[in-house]
Amino acid sequence: MAVTSKYFGSEKAHEEHHEEEHDPREQLMFDPLPRGVMNDMVMESMYATSWKFWVVLGILAFLVATCFFYAWGYMIAEGLHVAGVMRPSYWGVFLVNTVFWIGISHAGTFISAILRVFKAEFRRPFTRAAELMTTFGLIQAGASIFMHLGRVWLAYWMFPIPNERQLWPNFHSPLMWDLLAITTYVLGSTMYLFLPLIPDLAMARDRSTGWRKTFYRILALGFRGTEGEWRHLTTAMNIFAFAIIPVMFSVHTIVSWDFAMAMRPGWSSTVFGPYFVLGALHSGMGAVAIVLFIMRYTMKHMDYFIRKEHFDALGKLMMIVSFAYAYFFFNDYIVQWYGGDAATDNLLHWLEAGPMAWMFFQMVGFNIVLPFLTLWNKRVRTTPWLLALIGLLINVGMYWERYIIVPVMLTINRMPFTWRLYEPRIEVFLTIGTFSMFLLFYMIASRLIPLIPVWEVQEGQMTHSLRKVGKTHVPTISEFE
Amino acid sequence: MSLQVDLNRVGAKGALAEEADGKWGMVIDQDICTGCQACVAACAMENNLPFVMEEDAGYGRSLHWIRIERFWEGEYPEVKATSFQPMLCQQCGSAPCEPVCPVFASVHSEAQQLNLQVYNRCIGTRYCANNCPYQVRQFNWRDYALLPFHANEAEGGELVFPLHNQFNPDVTVRRRGVMEKCTFCIQRIHSAGDKAKSEGRPVEDGEFTTACAQACPTNAITFGLLDDHESLVSQLAQRQTGYKHLGELNTQPRITYLQGEKGA
Repeated sequence: MAVTSKYFGSEKAHEEHHEEEHDPREQLMFDPLPRGVMNDMVMESMYATSWKFWVVLGILAFLVATCFFYAWGYMIAEGLHVAGVMRPSYWGVFLVNTVFWIGISHAGTFISAILRVFKAEFRRPFTRAAELMTTFGLIQAGASIFMHLGRVWLAYWMFPIPNERQLWPNFHSPLMWDLLAITTYVLGSTMYLFLPLIPDLAMARDRSTGWRKTFYRILALGFRGTEGEWRHLTTAMNIFAFAIIPVMFSVHTIVSWDFAMAMRPGWSSTVFGPYFVLGALHSGMGAVAIVLFIMRYTMKHMDYFIRKEHFDALGKLMMIVSFAYAYFFFNDYIVQWYGGDAATDNLLHWLEAGPMAWMFFQMVGFNIVLPFLTLWNKRVRTTPWLLALIGLLINVGMYWERYIIVPVMLTINRMPFTWRLYEPRIEVFLTIGTFSMFLLFYMIASRLIPLIPVWEVQEGQMTHSLRKVGKTHVPTISEFE
Repeated sequence: MSLQVDLNRVGAKGALAEEADGKWGMVIDQDICTGCQACVAACAMENNLPFVMEEDAGYGRSLHWIRIERFWEGEYPEVKATSFQPMLCQQCGSAPCEPVCPVFASVHSEAQQLNLQVYNRCIGTRYCANNCPYQVRQFNWRDYALLPFHANEAEGGELVFPLHNQFNPDVTVRRRGVMEKCTFCIQRIHSAGDKAKSEGRPVEDGEFTTACAQACPTNAITFGLLDDHESLVSQLAQRQTGYKHLGELNTQPRITYLQGEKGA
């Protein structure tokens, strides 16, 4: 604890340091409000909409209608030639989007499940925001996979449906593993989103009228808050929190196997599994920072729940993840370079000096250099807009990383006659469409379900207290059982 | 009855046996290939390969099961042309395209020991094409075979269906969204096999040949039975100048290339 630490520096340094000491009451856990007041604040944040909300919602809905549904329908009707994929880049931005959205969806589970298992207290107000990212991100990832199929209307042939011809999917194919892993992850993470939502839905049910009451009554499953119900709920949440962690690691490892199992220079790398998992966390953490920033500054009462301490903690996590990411990044490239395969040498040389070199160096800059140079500074970490900006740039870098792995690495293969640079065509619109759909879902959800897990915050506040020792207050935490 | 296991057919030994033999094979002599593209045209006509028009062909979507790769050495004007390299599906004995297909559209024919594509089953994930080190698998980006085009667009030419009067009835017309590739003219293999069966004898080497080998004016392409050690293709494949393309990947290709410098 801060109070018990000794200062070995000069007296002056001591005083300077002392000025920076923060009052523990600046932290959410030591700044409790009455439960009724807090419930009303969350309810009000769901009801409060300004004209700006509806304008943005309208724009996003328009973009989803045109860039997602119309563009995809056009592509299904016309064929894949309206996209930019060709030989040798048979996979393009669709797969980039898939990997990117699965990456975004990772942070949700990571923050929620791992921090819950490790009892990290700063997670409490934003687990729900992160879990929503998981669910909505996975929807976009799934849509992007289906977009890329040549005959999407036959996609159900990948499912192991019993049929009279005894035709089964090929369980040797990494795409099959992918399908099974992503389906498991969608189901698991949706249930994991729903379980901690039940007490908040019950809270909303008791404080609303009209169609909202019906909506919450159905979703809350008759939760009343008795001791038995809480015991069942905590057990279920514990099971899911522990069970979803291996699923989360396996999903992105399996996504990486789509590439690592192939016989392509640049792809067949054994470190791709952990490299992709860390990359996913890296982009996901950045996305959480952006979401928290937007929540804090656009929704009512959110400055009470989401504070500088949360951005600070998130910034530290982002920095650690970027360290780990940097290790795997250099491991991947250096081991491939050291391997000395001629095709891989061609590829690496082309990456650093070819027409896509700007993308390669932006990736290194945004993913590794930028977090290293900025996030060690507490002032940067506690400035929300700055952290959100860094999160945005990390996401740009991570998008470039996936872009380099899919279409750019496909450009260089073992047959120089076929080398050709990929250019996205309708993929641009479909990418805008998936991003708009993600934001649209998020905006609608922010007004339908409590974005702050109120019961979790209240539970945390009950276990934290300030004890008066002499002239100072000592923050203490007790186990809540 | 005792269960007899043929050790040459199981496990690693079986794979080795297949590498040694293989049923159908091809030898391409790069030293006498003139790069005339007759094989490309013959293949297109035999196998109902559509025209893809200028724009798509320029963007890397040309549909050819065989292509002539042309390379050169040095900088202009000191350019030295190297020999032409006809590239088609190598009918690998251990094909990278087969295990990655999620719906078994890319399969190995045990009877013919060929690598086949089931067009009806293909859903277009294009994973097989990514995993093919030879880049010889072709995707139908649109309904090229069914779409008409303007014959002489600058002069307002009429709409023509380029293929409709010359479809080969023995070969499927592929629709969009499916992968396709060289089949070693499997329709010819089957008709020769049917004829031989009706006459109660096995198929002999040289009874028929593929469209590309048939069209080649310099006889650079030789097709035949690899498991018949007396056949011309087996003899040629044993030549000192022979090599397998990307042999270091151990895909066990069925096509042997002959080139003076490389083999020596």
